[in-house]
Amino acid sequence: MVDVAVVDYGMGNLRSVEQALRKVSPDAEIVVSDDPGVIAEAGRVVFPGQGAMPDCMRELDARGLRDAVLMAARDKPFLGICIGLQMLFEHSSEGNVAGLGVLRGEVVRFAGDMSDAQGSRLKVPHMGWNRVRHGDHVLWNGIEQNSRFYFVHSYYVLPQDPSLVQGTSDYPQPFVCAMSRDNLFAVQFHPEKSQTAGLKLLQNFVHWNP
Amino acid sequence: MLAKRIIPCLDVTAGRVVKGVSFVELRDAGDPVEIARRYDEQGADELTFLDITASSDDRGIIFRIIEQVASQVFIPLTVGGGVREVGDVRNLLNAGADKVSINTSAVLNPQLVADAAGRYGSQCIVVAIDAKQTGANRWEVFTHGGRRSTGLDAVEWAKKMQQLGAGEILLTSMDRDGQKNGFDLALTRAVTDALEIPVIASGGVGNLQHLVDGVKLGGADAVLAASIFHFGEYTVRQAKEFMAQHNIEVRL
Repeated sequence: MVDVAVVDYGMGNLRSVEQALRKVSPDAEIVVSDDPGVIAEAGRVVFPGQGAMPDCMRELDARGLRDAVLMAARDKPFLGICIGLQMLFEHSSEGNVAGLGVLRGEVVRFAGDMSDAQGSRLKVPHMGWNRVRHGDHVLWNGIEQNSRFYFVHSYYVLPQDPSLVQGTSDYPQPFVCAMSRDNLFAVQFHPEKSQTAGLKLLQNFVHWNP
Repeated sequence: MLAKRIIPCLDVTAGRVVKGVSFVELRDAGDPVEIARRYDEQGADELTFLDITASSDDRGIIFRIIEQVASQVFIPLTVGGGVREVGDVRNLLNAGADKVSINTSAVLNPQLVADAAGRYGSQCIVVAIDAKQTGANRWEVFTHGGRRSTGLDAVEWAKKMQQLGAGEILLTSMDRDGQKNGFDLALTRAVTDALEIPVIASGGVGNLQHLVDGVKLGGADAVLAASIFHFGEYTVRQAKEFMAQHNIEVRL
């Protein structure tokens, strides 16, 4: 049986996610797959994503992966990354598209005219290393409070249920960057590109038994 | 808050890291995989590899290097040089690059930037601009490793690239590259003020104050440097500590 399946719907760089999972779990069988059957059989599922949300939703459906992802999000350890977090929500203002509706709430864009405390302009996309205030979920075990993770995104999630929030960051206002519910965990940043702290989170995920 | 990034740049040819002065006079700086690992340990925020190999025969070398680095170093990797079509972007991403930098081909075929961003997302498309000052507050875009003038105004060109879907601009001053007398701050400021997307300042870093100036005076979101790190003058960590002492938010 495949230990970890990385969902491949043709968007973005899945190689990085695969490499990082191999690093933290050298003996596990890790596959990047666009086969709904493989995803259904896998022990745990990583749902990454890069690019624009309308394209991601379209490609997911074009490959017939929607049901496999929805099932995995219900019943096995599931990790959403970046657009993989945003797609779990009901709606995105990026292209005004519906998401998978696994989590209540919507996805909105950063304002175009933001500045920091010194008055310097803040760019969009929010790109680079930012601090994360995290919750007490086991996936944060061994990761210091306010550790920095690598982000690159122009949109962020507005969840309806604050009790599911597992991490926030500031740009310049606080925004949600991690969510959890039962067997599901999803982050806005890229753990696979966040060096020590990111690898630790992935390591916690491959050993997680919700 | 978001940290300003320090990005060591590795110019690679024939499987070695080299560094030139104003785009010529190459000097050997070592093995790319070894150097990448060292900068990662020192706390580099990203790494940029520029394949400066002119001949397409050696093209496979950069893929092997990127594959090796990507399996050991878990920070964003940007690769540029010789990207001519969307297929080149795909091959580099598949080798383990997180972002691909497009320079000459963006000028020859601006649609490439739109196509690549449309297919793989703006977050992985960096447009590299080599600019040379041609008048008061005017900089012109050069291509082919700085050998060919285009007549394009650098600020206007950067705006056009943003509009076509570039996620970031890597801005190199050809006048300053390898000179070690600091970034062209006026150029950096002009471009960063004109854009909504992040700008990486490049060309001319000779000491740590130059990095501070690039952020504080140039308004850069990230600073790129090569020789001060390659030849052991400073470590990336020293650079970050110096920036932190000057009240710049960095990842330490």
